Amino acid sequence: MSRYSVFSLVRNAFSYHQNWQRAWRSPDPKREYDVVIVGGGGHGLATAYYLATECGITNVAVIEKGWLGGGNTGRNTTIVRSNYLWDESAALYGHAMQLWQGLSQALNYNVMYSPRGLLHLAHSVHDMQEIQRRGNAIYLNGIDSEFLSPEQVREMVPFMSMEGRYPVLGALLQKRGGTARHDAVAWGYARAADAAGVDIIQNCEVTGFDIQDGTVTGVQTSRGRIGAKTVGVVTAGHSSVMAEMAGFRMPLESFPLQALVSEPVKPVVDCVIMSNGVHAYISQSDKGELVIGASSDAYNSYTQRGSYDIIEDTLQAICEMYPLFTRMRMLRQWGGIVDVTVDRSPIISKTPVRNLYFNCGWGTGGFKCTPGSGHVFAHSLANGDMHAIAAPFSMDRFNSGALVDEGAASAVAH
Amino acid sequence: MTQDNRLPAGGLIDRSRTLSFEFDGKTYTGHPGDTLASALMANGVTLLGRSFKYHRPRGLLAAGSEEPNALIQLERGAHTEPNTRATAIELYDGLNACSQNRWPSLKYDIGVVNSWLSRFFPAGFYYKTFMWPERLWMTYEHVIRRAAGLGVSPRLPDPDRYEHRHDQPELLVVGAGPAGLAAALSGARAGKRVVLVDENPQLGGSLLGSRDTIDGQSALDWVAGVRAELAEHPCVRVLTRTTLTGYFDYNYLIATEHVTAHLGPQASDDLPRQRLWKFRAKSVVLATGAIERPLVFADNDRPGILLASAVRTYQHRFGVLPGRRLVVFTNNDSAYSTAIDAASAGVAVTLVDCRDTAGDAAERGADAAGVTRMMGSAITGVSYRNGLQSVDVMALSADGTRVDGPVQKVPCDSACSSGGWNPAVHLHSQAKGKLRWLEDTHTYAPAACASTMPHSSVGACDGEFSLDQALNAGWAAGGATGPAPSAERVASIGALRPLWVVPCDHPVGEGPKKHFHEFQNDATAADLWLAQREGFESIEHTKRYTTTGMATDQGKTSNVNAIGILASSRGITVPEVGVTTFRPPYTPLTFGAIVGQNRRHLFHMVRKTPIHDWQADHGAVFEDVGDWKRARYYPKPGEDMDAAVRRECQAVREGVGLFDASTLGKIDLQGEDVAWLLDMLYTNAWGGLAVGKCRYGLMLNEHGMVFDDGVTTRVAENHYHMTTTTGGAARVLGWIEEWLQTEWPDKRVHATSVTEQWAVMALNGPRARAVLEALTEDDVSNDALPFMGFKEIQLAGVPARVFRISFTGEQAFEVNVPARYGRFVWEQMVAAGAAHDMVIYGTETMHVLRAEKGFIIVGQDSDGTMTPSDLDMDWIVSKKKADFLGKRSLTRSDTSRDGRKQLVGLLSEDPSLVLPEGAHVVSELRAAPPMPMIGHVTSSYFSPNVDGGRSIALAVIQGGFKRKGDWVDLPLIDGRRVRAKVVDPVFVDAAGERVKS
Repeated sequence: MSRYSVFSLVRNAFSYHQNWQRAWRSPDPKREYDVVIVGGGGHGLATAYYLATECGITNVAVIEKGWLGGGNTGRNTTIVRSNYLWDESAALYGHAMQLWQGLSQALNYNVMYSPRGLLHLAHSVHDMQEIQRRGNAIYLNGIDSEFLSPEQVREMVPFMSMEGRYPVLGALLQKRGGTARHDAVAWGYARAADAAGVDIIQNCEVTGFDIQDGTVTGVQTSRGRIGAKTVGVVTAGHSSVMAEMAGFRMPLESFPLQALVSEPVKPVVDCVIMSNGVHAYISQSDKGELVIGASSDAYNSYTQRGSYDIIEDTLQAICEMYPLFTRMRMLRQWGGIVDVTVDRSPIISKTPVRNLYFNCGWGTGGFKCTPGSGHVFAHSLANGDMHAIAAPFSMDRFNSGALVDEGAASAVAH
Repeated sequence: MTQDNRLPAGGLIDRSRTLSFEFDGKTYTGHPGDTLASALMANGVTLLGRSFKYHRPRGLLAAGSEEPNALIQLERGAHTEPNTRATAIELYDGLNACSQNRWPSLKYDIGVVNSWLSRFFPAGFYYKTFMWPERLWMTYEHVIRRAAGLGVSPRLPDPDRYEHRHDQPELLVVGAGPAGLAAALSGARAGKRVVLVDENPQLGGSLLGSRDTIDGQSALDWVAGVRAELAEHPCVRVLTRTTLTGYFDYNYLIATEHVTAHLGPQASDDLPRQRLWKFRAKSVVLATGAIERPLVFADNDRPGILLASAVRTYQHRFGVLPGRRLVVFTNNDSAYSTAIDAASAGVAVTLVDCRDTAGDAAERGADAAGVTRMMGSAITGVSYRNGLQSVDVMALSADGTRVDGPVQKVPCDSACSSGGWNPAVHLHSQAKGKLRWLEDTHTYAPAACASTMPHSSVGACDGEFSLDQALNAGWAAGGATGPAPSAERVASIGALRPLWVVPCDHPVGEGPKKHFHEFQNDATAADLWLAQREGFESIEHTKRYTTTGMATDQGKTSNVNAIGILASSRGITVPEVGVTTFRPPYTPLTFGAIVGQNRRHLFHMVRKTPIHDWQADHGAVFEDVGDWKRARYYPKPGEDMDAAVRRECQAVREGVGLFDASTLGKIDLQGEDVAWLLDMLYTNAWGGLAVGKCRYGLMLNEHGMVFDDGVTTRVAENHYHMTTTTGGAARVLGWIEEWLQTEWPDKRVHATSVTEQWAVMALNGPRARAVLEALTEDDVSNDALPFMGFKEIQLAGVPARVFRISFTGEQAFEVNVPARYGRFVWEQMVAAGAAHDMVIYGTETMHVLRAEKGFIIVGQDSDGTMTPSDLDMDWIVSKKKADFLGKRSLTRSDTSRDGRKQLVGLLSEDPSLVLPEGAHVVSELRAAPPMPMIGHVTSSYFSPNVDGGRSIALAVIQGGFKRKGDWVDLPLIDGRRVRAKVVDPVFVDAAGERVKS
């Protein structure tokens, strides 16, 4: 891998950028790999990267049905945070947060992780109780967390309305929360994984699993059989479909989740603002677009397309927070498919099939954990045993009742 | 300044009136009928903006909504609107426009330094740098963010309003060009309810910018005739200035009508600024026309270089041309009309055609008009200095990859190009329609459409570029019989020579000249190739890596060129490259229009109880609880919340208090299976509940976790009155309905929300009965109406339901009267209570009083992770019932294990310290986090009634029941470290005598 730097940029400029290497190769699949990762989104690519660079397993393939990062990795609202209530979540998302720092340097790819600060607004006594409880828990878990008074909120986000239908009574701030460039995360991991020897195989759809005596031995794909000693499935909204292929049910529901951006304007929203009471969230991209999201559609679906009324609800909430934005314009809107568990926490787990692992159920909030998810999943695959941080997220919890119920505590859109 | 570029005659403008407007502080004039773009062109203003990345000077490219370059900040102050396409702004008197994304001025923009350094800023350069040192990224980013963005968002409240309308046409026609007008007319004659929408102020579409003949008359006369006939059909609605922007499932379509855009800020306040139409259409005809694509030649982005069709539109619709010496560069016949028409207006026109021959008619017409033709040639360079000076023309090689021979400098002050036409398939694609590639015209056109969104595409948007065919197809789609309008059959495009990148005198991408396919975001052919070289092969990757098609025009003029460039460089066909997804909206859609009237107080309706106004009149301080406004406390003069709540709390325990509990969720249950249903919904047994008796119950979700609680009363044999928490009312009703409809459809139960049908007043305290007795002659003694009893009585002359239930642990009566009597009965009670020094109390006091008794609030003391056992409420879980919702889960290994968090009371070491709600109990106090947490404070108040006044708290703590008597530590986020003692959660009247008194 030729390293990227300002010097390489200048050097290549003098050859009119004709000599840049491919960011990743486009190899034909080998007959067999030690590990096959199904799904070339951020989590899958990160898993491959950490397998190759930290676990010493370089005979790895990432198999992607379409194009890298084309699922939820390329469709989310790019928010990064780790301000979760439960200890298990705090460990997982906090782990990711540590990896976000320095990720650009580790990958030699600028993923533009930008700790601009993330505010959760409270609009009622109940909201205040919720952020107090969560903020204290985050603090005691050693993660940065501050409460802001309405005056401090006003200072931090000058154009936001404090006196709408639901006045702002306070906010929870995570300073290290912010955004990252979603495509760059997928591409950066892909390039670094490729450099470490991982085969990235796009346009290759998995059509079935080869399972002998309860042990997975490979995958059937649109480009033929690929043998594998271990298979990790990281397919987000289509995980339940993959599980069915492997002969078991995955406790997931898939919903469309939509997002939208405005036309680009000069900086006006500096941090990430989330409101569960008014129910929407907003940030501004480096390009200047307001990036906006809210809740998922109410019905199950596998189409990457939602219904218009969600957009209407979302923008009503945004214009309630920011009445000044009614003259702004929506430039683009899109949908993805999110895989939601009943406790709104992910599944990082062994399965009834030996050597077949799933990493899914990230619901509406997987992007922020991309590095952490890939890291603990890689170690779990490499060791044949779940990483300590991943262990609480086993699918057994739905039998035992040991849920990590982020939804119950705050009913948050992540 | 004078309108030097205005032609002496022609155009659909009203020359009898002159409008004055401002651009970047200078005053100009134009006429009604102008757009800002045409008026600026008339005044010779060609520099209108700066590009996003390189800050290159930019002028107009187009005449319509596909414009990528000429984005301006329209108006100032509260009316300001960023990124507005000058081509879409109708001129009005006093219009004020500013250029964007430049500093200090449009002409001298410091950002142009990016252009000088552009060699170092290829596609995706930012992924490769700005990484060292890590801590400086935020600084780099700060600079990047300030340089990015285009216009400036409004900073003042929007003075305008927006509204929504709905319509259900049988036939929705999108686009009022020839095909769309034919379809609408045909539909109208066939008797259909037709809606015709078009983004322009006038009907006619492409006919407005041409000189065609239809049915033997001028096209404009034909349009006028159609307009008149449509106006006479009562079931036809014609909406101009209306852009169809979104096409959703089952023919649900969204359009924005720009009601006042042509009037500007002085528009009447009676009018909404925009009206958003929501159509549910039986059938849809898309007649959205086609968008010309530019040729990608060296420095094709210079101000003064337009699309060929745009020049023709400016000439015929606005009576203006961009200059006196025009170069037309084309690879097809359609631009010949531009050259011929401009030459007829006295402009010196040079036509550079990359083909060796054009169609006969085109060539003859051009020659007759005196157009200089340079065949087999290409523009290889542009001289631009404060305006176009000349273009370089060279001979093009047979394979189109090289230019040869001498450079001919053609002096000019304006130029235009045509690289072919792209049918506007956006809406078809939004409707999940497939596309097909037409090999003859080198365009994408609609193929099959999805069954859930039936529609047809007609005219140019279907890849049919002849006027006659457009009229025929439109007519047929409308459904009328009779002959279609007809026009002369002309081949408008002819034999197109695909030339995706026009070579120049240095290899493309390796020299000073830039070949833009994407103007606004500054993406060039070289960027596309770089993306390919680096492995961003998928068209989606290429798009994201080069930002092609991601500008405010969403690639209307650039996407197909990009795909063509990729296909030709990779040696594959265009369809093999694939297409990116067209997403709504077609043109950017104003937030306000989407939001409509649902702003401020209409955002979420404010729910008020029947007693709300009395409370407001009597100084209540309200809090938001869901959508409800609830009275939180009633301060007397000089009292803060703490003082008011202490007074209210004490008064209830010592005398009597009155509380408005109307927000409590209420569900009326009727039917012979209600008792069975209650047994399934609640954990306890309901079979034996007699008529006239109340019972408290807990509801669990599937995980065995408490999700609501309340009292349900049997008011008659098969008639029950259920109460829920205020916040849980809708959830519980939905829960009941879900089970009844999906799992128990055979059960005979009707569940009806009656929350707002009853006003609920809770009388609490030792003297509650005395107040009640003053208002009724019915017997409400302890014998006639004992604790957990129910009785219907006459109260203050009004029929009332009285429930002997208590959330304070005091003698209590919950009086329900029909909501319309609520305020009257409340006032009667207030009057009757005066003799007993009755206090009116709010939710805060209610919270304290129930906490004193250890009564939980679901959602506060329990959070969806608490079982009845965790709440020390095993007594309410029936061991005998065969089943109830959540029962299965209670025996799961984790749910039934020891050491779960359990509800306890906490008394802080310092009795005056009210523990913060949400503070956590740690198992080990350390100097700094992390510290292991074992629980948290769920409710915490100052109670004037415990130990003569002290703080009390409820908490959930791991293994809490066994910790009673222990001291625990609570490290607070502000650095304080406090201690508290674990105690029983019942602080008042542990024996529970008062409630039965």
